[in-house]
Amino acid sequence: MARMKFLCDAERCIECNACVTACKNENEVPWGINRRRLVTINDGKPGERSVSMACMHCSDPPCASVCPVDCFMVTADHVVLHSKDLCIGCGYCFYACPFGAPQYPSVSNFGSRGKMDKCTYCAGGPEPDNTQAEFAKYGANRLSQGKLPLCAEMCSTKSLLAGDGDIIAQIYKERVAKRGYGSGAWGWQTAYHEGIPA
Amino acid sequence: MLIKRTDRAAARLGSAVPAIGQSLRIDRRSFLRRSGITAGGLAALGSLPLAGVRKASAGAPPPPGATVVARKNMCTHCSVGCTVIGEVANGVWVGQEPAYESPINRGSHCCKGAAVRDDVLTDRRLRYPLKLVDGQWNRISWDQAINEIGDELMEIRQKSGPESVYWLGSAKFTNEAAYLNRKLAAFWGTNNSDHQARICHSTTVSGVANTWGYGAMTNSYNDIRNSKTIMVMGGNPAEAHPVSLQHILEGKEINRANMIVIDPRMTRTAAHATEYVRVRPGTHIPTIYGMLWHIFRNGWEDKEFIRERVYGFDEVRKEIDKWPPSEVERVTGLPEAQVRRVAEIFAKQRPSTLIWAMGQTQFTVGTANVRASCILLLATGNVGVSGAGANIFRGHTNVQGATDLGLDVITLPLYYGLDEGAWRHWCRVWDVDYDWMASRFVSKTFMQTPGIPSTRWFDATLLPKDQVSQPDNLRAMFIMGHGGNTITRMPEAVKGIEKLKLLVVCDPYPTTWSVLSERKNGTYLLPICTSFEANGSRTASNRSLQWGEEVVAPVFESKNDYDVMYMLARKLGFADQMFKHIKVENGAVSAEDILREINRGGWSTGYCGQSPERLKAHMKHQDKFDFLTLRAPKDVPEIGGDYYGLPWPCWGTPEFRHPGSPILYDTSLSVKNGGGTFRARFGVERVVTTKVMEDGQEVEKEQRFNLLAEGSYSKDSELTDGYPEFTLAVLKKLGWDRDLTPQELAVIQAVGGNKPDSVSWSTDLSGGIQRVAMEHGCNPCGNGKARVIAWNLPDAIPVHREPIYTPRPDLVASYPTLPDARQFRVPNLGFSVQKAAVDARVVQRFPLILSSGRLVEYEGGGEETRSNKWLAELKQDMYVEINPADAAARGIRDGGWVWVTGPENSSKARMKALVTERVGKGVVWMPFHFAGWFEGVDQRSKYPKGADPIVLGESMNTLSTYGFDPVTGMQEPKATLCQVRAA
Repeated sequence: MARMKFLCDAERCIECNACVTACKNENEVPWGINRRRLVTINDGKPGERSVSMACMHCSDPPCASVCPVDCFMVTADHVVLHSKDLCIGCGYCFYACPFGAPQYPSVSNFGSRGKMDKCTYCAGGPEPDNTQAEFAKYGANRLSQGKLPLCAEMCSTKSLLAGDGDIIAQIYKERVAKRGYGSGAWGWQTAYHEGIPA
Repeated sequence: MLIKRTDRAAARLGSAVPAIGQSLRIDRRSFLRRSGITAGGLAALGSLPLAGVRKASAGAPPPPGATVVARKNMCTHCSVGCTVIGEVANGVWVGQEPAYESPINRGSHCCKGAAVRDDVLTDRRLRYPLKLVDGQWNRISWDQAINEIGDELMEIRQKSGPESVYWLGSAKFTNEAAYLNRKLAAFWGTNNSDHQARICHSTTVSGVANTWGYGAMTNSYNDIRNSKTIMVMGGNPAEAHPVSLQHILEGKEINRANMIVIDPRMTRTAAHATEYVRVRPGTHIPTIYGMLWHIFRNGWEDKEFIRERVYGFDEVRKEIDKWPPSEVERVTGLPEAQVRRVAEIFAKQRPSTLIWAMGQTQFTVGTANVRASCILLLATGNVGVSGAGANIFRGHTNVQGATDLGLDVITLPLYYGLDEGAWRHWCRVWDVDYDWMASRFVSKTFMQTPGIPSTRWFDATLLPKDQVSQPDNLRAMFIMGHGGNTITRMPEAVKGIEKLKLLVVCDPYPTTWSVLSERKNGTYLLPICTSFEANGSRTASNRSLQWGEEVVAPVFESKNDYDVMYMLARKLGFADQMFKHIKVENGAVSAEDILREINRGGWSTGYCGQSPERLKAHMKHQDKFDFLTLRAPKDVPEIGGDYYGLPWPCWGTPEFRHPGSPILYDTSLSVKNGGGTFRARFGVERVVTTKVMEDGQEVEKEQRFNLLAEGSYSKDSELTDGYPEFTLAVLKKLGWDRDLTPQELAVIQAVGGNKPDSVSWSTDLSGGIQRVAMEHGCNPCGNGKARVIAWNLPDAIPVHREPIYTPRPDLVASYPTLPDARQFRVPNLGFSVQKAAVDARVVQRFPLILSSGRLVEYEGGGEETRSNKWLAELKQDMYVEINPADAAARGIRDGGWVWVTGPENSSKARMKALVTERVGKGVVWMPFHFAGWFEGVDQRSKYPKGADPIVLGESMNTLSTYGFDPVTGMQEPKATLCQVRAA
């Protein structure tokens, strides 16, 4: 059984935002909701590096641990999904998430933020696969069609990898061995409690 | 507690949902392919169905019963040429899928390519033709629009002559539309026909073609994977050509290659470099000569290559000697050690490629800049070799093709020029009478006189009539797919727009043209569809042609370029002549027929072999091409042995099946197999007359220099030395004319009339001369030397000249710009402007260097990308980058509003400040994609309702200033001066 993960190779990321618009396009994510985004450190200085961030589909998802209505679920491929029917928009998961993945359609001092939205690994939601109902709430379900998340599939420099964790770890290792440098698999320790020794 | 999704689904929904774990079938092979890791062998598995996987479609599920069709087209946002797969259901574009089979992008995109679906879906497009009546936009029909525009054009023609109408075309045209647009201008009777190449790579074309024959990228994006040293000088491909970075970074990793970035900004490209060199804008030539100084001093040059294949280094070395490290440092600020190190790497760790874009071209010395680059490549033997070369990254999707197809004031399609021979050639191809064609013009003189560059259109509109060398000022602009905010000196353009009698904008969007001025009447907006809504080919930067198919029919009432040009030609009365051999059915023009006509006339540049059938076969079999060499295996039907996209020159007729030329001037391959030699374009010898003293008397001495290659020739060539261009006379001399078929000979006789011997490889419509030359292993365009002295240009050897508005007035005495002169029908007063700026000490009031460039999210003038909701969200404000020291001195905080002022037209612009070390002290930088604000005023209300771009902002070119390259009329938006203060 595959264990799906994301891996962003910071030595390759050029902050072109393809992952961001691919996600928007594929899932028709509305303005203001960013399931995926770029983070740049040392912007404009030598050593500038960017990583593409979204829900990492953690091994022991903190979001699920804090959710008061237990709306999270993990698929057999270890994709972390949630039910918008159950979500009450409390925002706990946002505080729990080390990656800032959960997004909310509205912000107000009192009352709901609306149903939480986040990266689904292009795997839709609890509704039947590839139905209009599923798409409207969660976006595309590529995984059920044998396809990977579009953000990774369209990455301009093949920096963002998606797929079975063992395979992408292997690809990354081979890359680092070939080029002789690598800044580590960003976020892996936090999300998956393991690193990739270079 | 964690619950498996399947349990949850079953429990909650109570319906039989198949367990995802059961239905998911991503095996290692398909996964690797989707991750883009493998290209060759496994790519062939692409069409294998995966067991248990549902019918695939991107995005939203299609409506019940609808069939999903996948159609291939090209991304319209840069010249890399990424294949876009559009999935269409019920005529609606429902999703995009990665095109793993494309050997260029392997499924990848940047944010623009990944968002192109919204270029078609957006509700911000022009929906129907609009006419400005007393300041209000009124909806009109296509028939009314074409009738009124046609009548107006005819009236202008009658009163002012055909030269008073300007046909501004587009680098976003397909090849076929670009060609048709040039043809339209010719049939109208003017050479005032131009497009974005003027302001992007016109200087590259003139500089590079004047060095070794053709003015295009010599190698390919893919070939950069073979480089040992990658030097980017004047380009930021990480933002402008992001998918090229896939090749650059993988090449860098595989070969552990050096990646050197020389730029005033620490760009996103520089962030991945092994060495970053920060240089002052406008000092390219001193930097190159500084490197060459070390190269020649240490004997690192490629002596054999120079001896065999280059003319003129003796003279150039005298100029290089003027640039010892001390002078280089005085002018550029670069320390000797760094220049020496970079020079040594570039010369020794070969193959080395030099990559450039607008950072070399957009200067008054643009042509000289790129020639200096060519000199560096030639000195180090880095041309015509895999992994080396001048990898010139063109900007727009089809700026290479539109340039090739003659949207240029100095030439007819495919660089034939404007002389009588060129006109007669194209009249033969068009099957129209030469004298009739001449009758369309004011006179034969105007027929052969270069037109006005797009950078000067408003000067030609506003200057007193006697200063414009044509019967009258410009009275009408007919613009198809060209923004108004990418041309410098916008405050003056505003006045120009106001003075025009007629302004026609054909575009998917209203563009800056429609809102910039206070015009109240005489303006038409015609909705043109994007290239995704049309068929046609595009030429990527690597010279590969790719055929795009209509993804969806044109949205709203928009039409494609071909059909609109046909309607206009019909109204103007020459449609039957112009479309004599191009099929038009119910007003729909056949793009295939246009390409066939290009093939019939495109000998000079090798656009003759890429028939629509061949190009379509390439798209169908994209997955068969090798990722590294771009070549298809010999045994594949239809495309066997071809290079992807038949990169020009693709010699001979389509039936000859030339494979295309992946690397220009590559002598390691036979010409028939895609090899080549430097084009013998500059004659066989150069005669230089010098006056020398002999026995106390001054006598003229003649020296002759061989311009043909010496001992260098392409593989399998029967001629083992240099040779001139092929003509029938040359074939006869060699006794090879016997190899011509009777049919070929008959065509040659018909072309040549009473002088058949003069018929050449570029005018022979049968392709026979090219065929016979190649059968003997020879290059139809000859085997010459590259030249580093271009004696026909203002500076025969590149010379450093300070920008018009230089931050270093102390250097102007030593390095002044060229004297004032008349060029392209208008005066070029660069010298006077530079002198006045120095005399008035402009630099004291405007102490900051202002440079400009691209953002990854937007393209060109930006109207299209700023109307795309997925892109617009990413960059919502116009801004200026300023160094923390300069910001602190002015009390400017990051994210705060500032006013930027410029030295001409009392120009001012309001924008946000981005305080960053990305720019050095004393330099500020702006993106040039914004418009819709002018001098602090929001112009949103002036757009037609609903067609205003999502994001508006000040245009950089409100602040840019005077300055034009004498060879091409290129503007200078990369180095001027400004002042910034907190708003």
